[in-house]
Amino acid sequence: MLARTADNLFWLARYVERAEFTARIIDITARLAALPKAYGNSGSEWESALSAVGSLERFNETYDTPDEASVIEFLIFDPENASSIRSCIELARTNARAVRTALTADMWQSINACWLELRNYEQTRAPFERMSRERIDPFLDVVKTMSRDFDGAGYRNMLRNDAYWFNRLGLYMERADNTARILDVKYHVLLPENETVGGSLDYFQWTAILRAVNAFTAYHWVYRQGIKPWLIADLLILKKEMPRSLTSCYDNLAHFLDAIGRAYGVQGPSQRHARSVLLRLENCEVQDVFQNGMHEFITQFLTDNSRLGTLVAEQYLLN
Amino acid sequence: MVEQTFWDEMTSDGADARAVYARVDQWLRDTPPDVLAARRSQAELLFRRIGITFAVYGAKDAGERLIPFDIIPRVIGQSEWSLLEKGLIQRVKAINAFLTDIYGAREILRAGLIPSDLVYRNPHFRPEMAGRRAPHDIWVHIAGIDIVRTGESDFYVLEDNARTPSGVSYMLENREVMMRLLPDLFGAHRVAPVENYTDLLLNCLRSVAPIGSSREPVVALLTPGQYNSAYYEHSFLADRLGVELVEGHDLSVRDDVVYMRTTQGPKRVDVIYRRIDDDYLDPLAFRADSALGVPGLVNAYNAGNVTLSNAIGTGVADDKAMYTYMPEIVRFYLGEEAILKNVPTWRCREADALKYVLEHLGELVVKEVNGSGGYGMLVGPHATRAEIEDFRAKLTEAPDNYIAQPTLSLSTCPAFVESGVAPRHVDLRPFVLTGADGSRVVPGGLTRVAMRAGSLVVNSSQGGGTKDTWIIEDA
Repeated sequence: MLARTADNLFWLARYVERAEFTARIIDITARLAALPKAYGNSGSEWESALSAVGSLERFNETYDTPDEASVIEFLIFDPENASSIRSCIELARTNARAVRTALTADMWQSINACWLELRNYEQTRAPFERMSRERIDPFLDVVKTMSRDFDGAGYRNMLRNDAYWFNRLGLYMERADNTARILDVKYHVLLPENETVGGSLDYFQWTAILRAVNAFTAYHWVYRQGIKPWLIADLLILKKEMPRSLTSCYDNLAHFLDAIGRAYGVQGPSQRHARSVLLRLENCEVQDVFQNGMHEFITQFLTDNSRLGTLVAEQYLLN
Repeated sequence: MVEQTFWDEMTSDGADARAVYARVDQWLRDTPPDVLAARRSQAELLFRRIGITFAVYGAKDAGERLIPFDIIPRVIGQSEWSLLEKGLIQRVKAINAFLTDIYGAREILRAGLIPSDLVYRNPHFRPEMAGRRAPHDIWVHIAGIDIVRTGESDFYVLEDNARTPSGVSYMLENREVMMRLLPDLFGAHRVAPVENYTDLLLNCLRSVAPIGSSREPVVALLTPGQYNSAYYEHSFLADRLGVELVEGHDLSVRDDVVYMRTTQGPKRVDVIYRRIDDDYLDPLAFRADSALGVPGLVNAYNAGNVTLSNAIGTGVADDKAMYTYMPEIVRFYLGEEAILKNVPTWRCREADALKYVLEHLGELVVKEVNGSGGYGMLVGPHATRAEIEDFRAKLTEAPDNYIAQPTLSLSTCPAFVESGVAPRHVDLRPFVLTGADGSRVVPGGLTRVAMRAGSLVVNSSQGGGTKDTWIIEDA
């Protein structure tokens, strides 16, 4: 397939996944920020949301204080923020338009419908109007629906060829990145050095993490016990059956890269790299992660993940 | 202003509907306006969701717009269509013969039938192509011939489009929308299908692959990119054809062979259905500032390693000055009289004609010879005094650039507009495909509607709309 098409499909999936993740982060942040202080509300929840999506520095360049209104504006509607939901949807749509032939009609329509809804919000809203949660929540739902529809339409209807595989690579690479980021942020905020983890005050923080990756219910099915932070780490990093865990993402990445390698008859650096990351995750226990430092572990993972992005681009997308 | 009467395709000026329109007439009588309005907004929603939009050049905040869609179908009987079909195929055959001749022996010039400066000084004539032959002598694989109707059996060709005619996606999508919107009305009519157009197109493109290429021909559709006004159509067609939609930078030329950049490295391309004008095809051969094209493409084409569809230089056959000679062209190459009439046209390059035109500007439509899209034209009866004087100056200064035609009494069809159901002027663009094994026209085409009352301008860039065209068995 055209290298440009593959590149577009890859990024398209990333933008859609990123928009959904940002929507989820806003959801859980609003939840945490609404808690009384006595329940662990640190007062810096909105700032922490910015870190979770990796945009704190960018925010500080244009805004003063990370309060609810400005963070929501920045994360949802700000066209200057390249990672805002708005920018993600617009980029996704631009990419989708450029590769319409490689998408099913349903996939295109899921993105286009969300974009039309976004335009609708923008047009009915007064400049700098502070939008109530009652108006914002339905929009966040629209974003999540888009991602679900896009993903599902692709899964159900796309031919299982390189177009599908490159699209999935983008999805899982972005997903792995998102899961790692939320772990990293929450780890810092909640687990100061030398302090016992899992105190009752942290309960709501940990459940927020589970909600951010849509795993609140899944947790109980897997462990059948109360929320324990190390089990959350286990679930989000190592559990293969958890679709947003790092292991699961790499299981998929290795799988789809192999599919491409087989179809093209050549394996390359990206296949080798994905397999080695997967192998490391598979041979790891959650105790090891804590022992060697969770932050170090996650930082290493983020580096590896972005390295994979570079390798895929060099091997296929920049031809 | 001259009062004109117009022939209506539904009522034929009488009170009763013509036989082919009986069902539509009854449906319009039975359906209250609010139901029609509901159907219309349903249709609009469908179009928006699918993303069938176009960009208007020069309009502020243009972005993407929908072409207005009229939900009342236009109905044409099979016998009327058969006549049209014959005429269309004849016309395209003549155009191909003309191009073969113009870039070859130039017999028509030697016979003195066409002033040679009309060819040589034509901006769309490509001297680089002189002495070259197109595979199978087919230059125009896809033609869009604009037809207007003024009476029961009076069809005129308004314009030939032999370069990169657009609009076929609307023909196909309008049909899909109508089938969903009005299944009962549609089912009762037994409408000739158009959905096989893209398969015919693919066969046509594959059939004209460079002669002697032994492999399965690889076809690609070359688009200027997603900011082009017809981008939706490009992506739609590539999708239906199952071919790659490429932009200039996806292609490269090595040793006069065209390759596309794929995830597995370069892959050879045999046929390019290009939706880019000649000028922008190849910065090395034509406009050096073109960022849309492919350096070396013309060399590959001249080496016979790739087929361009349509061929380079077809524009010389479809400009408005050459149009006036089409009856002679048909006669010269085919030895037949043209089945489809030309609109009577004054060539302003001829002194007598110019004099007449200048004296009758208020009644005539004046067009730029190389204009398109409804830009740069004067519709006399609807123009202000200042506009007329403006054109008088232009005409006097460069008469060669203009032709003039009487304001045709374009037929009307019922359309659903703000005020309810009312007659609106229409034209028709059928698409003629020509491959190694002959020409085909899918029964139907793009009907364009001037949505404003009284307006004769159907171009989408000027507020025109579209409607579905149904070819049905004769009642």
